[in-house]
Amino acid sequence: MTKYFIRRLLIMVPVLAGISLVLFTILALAPGDPFEELAANPNVPREVAQALRHQYGLDDPVAVRYVRWFSAMLKGDWGFSFVSRVNVDTLIMQRLPTSLFVLGSAQLLGLLIALPIGTYSALRPYSLFDQVATTLAFIGFSLPTFFTGLVFILVFSLWLDWLPFIYRADIAATGWRWWWEHARQAAMPVAVLGLFQGATLTRFVRSAVLDVIRLDYVNTARAKGLSEGVTVVKHVIRNALIPVVTLVALQIPGIFTGAVITEQIFRIPGIGSLLISSILANDTPVIMAITFVFSCLVVIFNLLADLLYGWLDPRIAYR
Amino acid sequence: MSERELRALVADVRRGRLSRRGFVTLMAGLGVTAPLAAQMLAPLPARAQARPAFTPSRRGGGGQLRVLWWQAPTLLNPHFATGTKDQDASRIFYEPLAGFDPDGNVVPILAAQLPSIENGGVARDGTWVIWNLKKGVVWHDGKPFTADDVVFNWEYAADPATSAWTLASYREIERVDRLDSHAVKVVFKRPTPFWADAFCGARGMLIPKHVFEPFKGAKSREAPANLRPVGTGAYRFVDFKPGDTVRGELNPAYHVPNRPFFDAIEMKGGGDAASAARAVLQTGEYDYAWNMQVEDDILRRLEQGGKGRIVVWPTGNPEHIQLNHTDPWREVDGERSSARTTHPTLSDSAVRAALNVLVDRASIQEEIYGRGGQTSANFLNSPPRFYSRNTRWEFNVERANQILDAAGWRRGPDGIRAKEGKRLRLVYQTSTNAPRQKTQAIVKQACARAGIELELKSVVASVFFSSDAANPDTYSHFYADLQMYNIGMNAPDPQVFMAVFVSWEIASRENKWVGRNITRFRSDEYDRLWRSAETEMDPVKRAALFIRMNDLVIANVAVIPVLWRNGVGAANTRLHGMELNGWDTTMWRLPYWYKA
Repeated sequence: MTKYFIRRLLIMVPVLAGISLVLFTILALAPGDPFEELAANPNVPREVAQALRHQYGLDDPVAVRYVRWFSAMLKGDWGFSFVSRVNVDTLIMQRLPTSLFVLGSAQLLGLLIALPIGTYSALRPYSLFDQVATTLAFIGFSLPTFFTGLVFILVFSLWLDWLPFIYRADIAATGWRWWWEHARQAAMPVAVLGLFQGATLTRFVRSAVLDVIRLDYVNTARAKGLSEGVTVVKHVIRNALIPVVTLVALQIPGIFTGAVITEQIFRIPGIGSLLISSILANDTPVIMAITFVFSCLVVIFNLLADLLYGWLDPRIAYR
Repeated sequence: MSERELRALVADVRRGRLSRRGFVTLMAGLGVTAPLAAQMLAPLPARAQARPAFTPSRRGGGGQLRVLWWQAPTLLNPHFATGTKDQDASRIFYEPLAGFDPDGNVVPILAAQLPSIENGGVARDGTWVIWNLKKGVVWHDGKPFTADDVVFNWEYAADPATSAWTLASYREIERVDRLDSHAVKVVFKRPTPFWADAFCGARGMLIPKHVFEPFKGAKSREAPANLRPVGTGAYRFVDFKPGDTVRGELNPAYHVPNRPFFDAIEMKGGGDAASAARAVLQTGEYDYAWNMQVEDDILRRLEQGGKGRIVVWPTGNPEHIQLNHTDPWREVDGERSSARTTHPTLSDSAVRAALNVLVDRASIQEEIYGRGGQTSANFLNSPPRFYSRNTRWEFNVERANQILDAAGWRRGPDGIRAKEGKRLRLVYQTSTNAPRQKTQAIVKQACARAGIELELKSVVASVFFSSDAANPDTYSHFYADLQMYNIGMNAPDPQVFMAVFVSWEIASRENKWVGRNITRFRSDEYDRLWRSAETEMDPVKRAALFIRMNDLVIANVAVIPVLWRNGVGAANTRLHGMELNGWDTTMWRLPYWYKA
């Protein structure tokens, strides 16, 4: 197990290096210039943009820039944003709590919806409840989040005027009011992301439980005289959750990237909106850092899923 | 006098180009009685009434002011604030010596009074200007604001190693002398008729010496105050998240008594223009939203919510079609559109004149831009003293056909005109942007009726406006016959703006296409006029020079002005006192904003 873990960790290094090389090259070749605004402004002498390009090393060949970026990264230096001139790690750390709060709540909401509904559907397959739940789940994951987001804004902000549609990271209030304001503004984005996650997971939980519920040991548990509740919770769900946990782990990086558009719609100051604004401003160090963090998340959570799987299901051996 | 001319005069009164009294006198000269003439103006509010009449007796009490910028501010050092979003955010905390009002007049802010030739503040030959500073002004940290701070700002911005975007304004200064603790003498390297550039408006915001002194030159990026401003403005810094929110609280020591009205300000950034418009006009969550680049129809619909209104003001920015004076299809010494070539068809003045009457400016303004712009025959439209009255525009397909027929351009079997084997087939490019594509379509249709075939091309904005010397699709390469975009004037003085037609600025491979003369228009007379305006100290003669430059460009059809763009914002119905204009930042009057 330890040996396997170490081997996987070692493989990660060339994988991440390869990813970073591809990302860097694509960004370097893409059109656009971080100092476009300077260059386009007739009142700014061209020397300013040229001096900045030189100062920030943008005139060097791509290979040199990549080596410089990579070696700095190894030393923990993420570089600084060309636009705000703030260190990239500071920028990301400023955005992370908001992103984690919204995405974490959404994931939680998704699980809270998916587990009971998925299980209940599987216990009574093809019942009316199952049919309704399945239909809703299909609708749920067929609708893109940017669409549901706009529909929510239209209904809850514009027609009903219940919820604000602009997310504010710092609310000038304390105590209950602070919590209340936060809950109000987070309600729509969390619901949009959570319902989408919930819909996907419901289908998955249902099929996982269906797989398990027909197995012999479940019948044995029932034959022993265990109550239905105990059988379902201790014997069925526990085993059915093994693939679900793996799926959730694999989904987490996807949620980060999937939330980019939702963050933009609700103006949530999270990682996703930082990525979009950086792309629009051609702020390569920030784009590079965020996309690299996203790819790290994918690689790490893949490893985590593999490890979790073995831990939850001792029949799986690592070689 | 036709109805159209009369309406133009009424519009002039509305814009403030003509006084109400002037209008009535003019009408009296035409035999219209004064009461009747005054009635013609009746639906227009008199200018005096437009001015805010709000005189508070104490500071604060207005609650929180919430403003929405759909491009978020990213830094708060005015000398690095390239984008208007950053200038606006910096302007909450920092102030210049003087700002600009809607007519382009200089208004003192940190200056005690305006320098002028009469009061001995401006040299007769324009080589120096003396600024007297307001006394009793303190920075947010309690230190006094003095002449040393002004001198420091010049040193800071003029140092090329600082890479300040304000470099152009400050490097023209020979030296700044400290006369006493509250007076400085700014000595220019050359005679400078427009002396209100450095230390004024968006380029003039002053940063404190005692905070920024250790971070001059190459170390400028490391200053913590780049993100935590210490200024003299009406609001003190509370919190800043780059790309998201700026917050400020009332400055109890602000140097204008009984201002500001609002107790705190929050500037939220990000998202898109349309939903920002909703947040002000429809839900009222925010009080003001910046730069409403949204179709006018949508804005009108949102305005019906009654919570907010659209505010517009003229800027100096012309949306215009440029005619390439060089040949974009022949390569000479490794570059197309080389200044050594001439355009095969557009060099014929008849073709240019025909194109000039084929742009249906009225339809473009009405159908596409709405309140976002006004029709105009001029390239230089504003401030009012530079507006030429000698030019006319018209849309007349018949006339275009007559001009082309007379010049010997005969229609071929396919309806396209040709002469000496050269066909009137032109490539017309612009950036990808819905209103621009609609404009292209309108022009193409009219040209087809006159036997000119236009091939439309649109380039993604990030490529079109980039300064990439290797990319042939940028506007400055101009590898097309016609192209359309909008130039920002950004200053109430047209000297820099009008440099886009001087011969030494022609964009070429040699200057990596950073030259600002994109049309490659070349005229000795124009060069001479521009040079004389550089040193002419008489404001009337100088305005006449710029009007002649404009007329020369329009008469030669170097460009076809399509639309004189307006600034567009969304404001709460109760929010007043902004005095928005195209010369200074949106926030220039922030201490005077109020809700009533």
